[in-house]
Amino acid sequence: MIPEIGHYALILALCVSVVLGSLPIYGAAVGNSMLMSVAKPAARGQFLLILLAFCCLGYAFADKDFSVLYVAATSNSQLPLHYRLAAIWGAHEGSLLLWVFILSIWMVAVSFFSTHLPEAMRARILGVMGLVSMGFILFMLTVSNPFERLIPAALDGRDLNPLLQDPGMVIHPPMLYMGYVGFSVAFAFAIAALLGGTLDATWARWSRPWTTVAWCFLTVGVAMGSGWAYYELGWGGWWFWDPVENASFMPWLAGTALIHSLAVTDKRGGFKAWSVLLAIFAFSLSLLGTFLVRSGVLTSVHAFATDPKRGLFILVFLAVVIGGSLILYAWRAPRVGLGGGFSMVSREGMLMANNVLLVAALGSVLLGTLYPLFLDALDLGKISVGPPYFDTVFVPLMTPAIFLMGIGPLAQWKKASLPELATRLRWAFGVSLVTALALPLAMGQWTPLISLGLMMAIWIVTTSAVGLRERLAHADGSSLLGRLAAVPRAYWGMLLAHCGVALFIIGVTMVKGFEVEQDLRMNVGETATIGGYTFQFDGTQQYKGPNYIAARGTFRVSQDGREVTVMYPEKRRYNVQNQTMTEAAISPGLLRDLYVSLGEPLDDGAWSVRLYHKPFIDWIWGGCLVMAVGGVLAISDRRYRLAWRRKEVDVPAATQMARQTVS
Amino acid sequence: MKPRHKRFMFIGLGLIALAVASMLVLNAFQSNLVFFFTPTQVANAEVPKGRGFRIGGMVEDGSLTRESDGLTVHFVVTDLAKRVPVTFKGILPDLFKEGKGVVAQGQLGPDGTFLASEVLAKHDENYMPPEAADALAKAKAAGAQSSSTLVVNPR
Repeated sequence: MIPEIGHYALILALCVSVVLGSLPIYGAAVGNSMLMSVAKPAARGQFLLILLAFCCLGYAFADKDFSVLYVAATSNSQLPLHYRLAAIWGAHEGSLLLWVFILSIWMVAVSFFSTHLPEAMRARILGVMGLVSMGFILFMLTVSNPFERLIPAALDGRDLNPLLQDPGMVIHPPMLYMGYVGFSVAFAFAIAALLGGTLDATWARWSRPWTTVAWCFLTVGVAMGSGWAYYELGWGGWWFWDPVENASFMPWLAGTALIHSLAVTDKRGGFKAWSVLLAIFAFSLSLLGTFLVRSGVLTSVHAFATDPKRGLFILVFLAVVIGGSLILYAWRAPRVGLGGGFSMVSREGMLMANNVLLVAALGSVLLGTLYPLFLDALDLGKISVGPPYFDTVFVPLMTPAIFLMGIGPLAQWKKASLPELATRLRWAFGVSLVTALALPLAMGQWTPLISLGLMMAIWIVTTSAVGLRERLAHADGSSLLGRLAAVPRAYWGMLLAHCGVALFIIGVTMVKGFEVEQDLRMNVGETATIGGYTFQFDGTQQYKGPNYIAARGTFRVSQDGREVTVMYPEKRRYNVQNQTMTEAAISPGLLRDLYVSLGEPLDDGAWSVRLYHKPFIDWIWGGCLVMAVGGVLAISDRRYRLAWRRKEVDVPAATQMARQTVS
Repeated sequence: MKPRHKRFMFIGLGLIALAVASMLVLNAFQSNLVFFFTPTQVANAEVPKGRGFRIGGMVEDGSLTRESDGLTVHFVVTDLAKRVPVTFKGILPDLFKEGKGVVAQGQLGPDGTFLASEVLAKHDENYMPPEAADALAKAKAAGAQSSSTLVVNPR
């Protein structure tokens, strides 16, 4: 009964989304405010309906209702409750429901935080989001319904893939989807502006905080995915340039370009058409990512052949959304105008270079991800594009981008002078050059790449310090504290986000340059030493988990004869799917991670073992977190808060009175 | 400089940058493409010399042997028509098993042994890597040999 209620709620949500996607947009076109006012209640009503559907599916999982096909396919009666709930988004159908659910959350958020927008704008934004959700709900109801019944009911479920039975799995997809779907708001703002023909600086100011929030979620989501691969796949890598990872990385690149381009549109009125195009790209890539990962097309393009309707729907949907918005763009964008001119050496010029580089990087990832799929689909042979490709492409593309990242924030708008910039930055340059050359030598190993990486990181930090010092010199206030407080939060946010990039680069450079890896056979009682740490293997014991049995190894780790920690890597065998899983043991630290995983059992209790000493690896994820915190800080800036507050004052007294009488 | 000349310079520099970037990307792309071959193709010497490639098929039952260092393993990859011996030093992935599908990346040694630098098995128990399934299907279609025990079951 409960699943049917969920199914029914989904059908109702479809009806509401049809209303939401048509009436308000039509109303905005003809200036009928009655029709436009439908948007708000419709968006909120749709949220409640999808919430209901989501809860129904959650209930089916909690209740172990194996008469629901999706529940039977992705969970099992032995699976602990929290993983049963996380299994809602463990496969294709449920993750689509999560997608739509998050979309409706964003819609409700827009309906609440858009009181300062003109009514037509708000109606169009919610209408466009309604159209997107209509597409997704229609997809679910026609070809991938999570509420489909399995009759007769299964005795027990097929279980969730053991790789996904992990705390990271509980939060990683919602985070990532908050980011993916968040770009739908930026997309809706862009389409609404194109429809209304009002693309100006205020448009950029409105859509900026939404884009930044989505970007923050996506940053954390991608970082969590990388962290999950690091500790759960069990073999110590943190980024594989796997198509699944690329699918989440491409919208991130587009989103990063977008927030920088929106800065120019907001402050100078330039790059308008480009910002709109980037907003369309960012969301299109999010859609592409969602479908690439969940449709099975990556494991084989012929996965579609088993369910051609699904593949066809996805292709048509992508074509309508991307094609439709690009046609609209081609039709309306020429009216937008170009904005003020600027010299090549200026903040605009550098932000433009930043955008070009980010988009070039995006294009190269897209090529490496989709080309093998195309060849395979056309039966032209099977190829794969290895990680070396991405590594070779990324370093030369990102080096100038990061160099500009130091200069850009210090350059003047419109026209800056190179000699003057050079004078202001000569100390920063000298310090980063000398440190980058000397530091690796002090650490005992010098390669050009280590120096380059360190130089970029230190360059970001030193130029940020120079920028902050100049800001403080010009800020009002007598005391240092007063002047620090006078610096706007948006500026602090930018500094912090850029320093997050620096931390990230340090992490990557140190791991690539100094990590030590050793695969070896270890007998019971034997020791091995890497990176100054001695690992002693004390054998394995049998151990029984809730839905698996494991061999758990004990490794005593000592440094200079002093015991530092004891590590317990596991080799698990999950009962239901009879699948083996390596659970690495990690001893994290600010300056290094120790990482042990068990390979295979050999004779006499010996095991093949992999040991890692990974310096600074946690800085990679720490850097991403700092970037996201920077983004949050930036949107808490006064100018955005003022925009909302001012509107409340502006509301004419008459309407306020009318509201009071109504309520 | 007149604004018009400036704009030309702008566009020119942009185009040059674009050309350089595309060259860089395409060059890297070209040199990092990894092609996939079936054991039959390896046996027919259709594979590139001195360049890495991927091979896929089934790990032959009973072919896995391990040297005393516990790390170096030898096994045979087959598409049920032709067999290719493979040597790999390192830890095999969790899902590596005799009688199951496998994809390995590496180079062909002078003695015809495939020296794998990487053994891939990103799949679950009843799933065959698409390349491996493809190799088996091709060999079967060629009518070389058929097997009733083989279940190709891509999900």
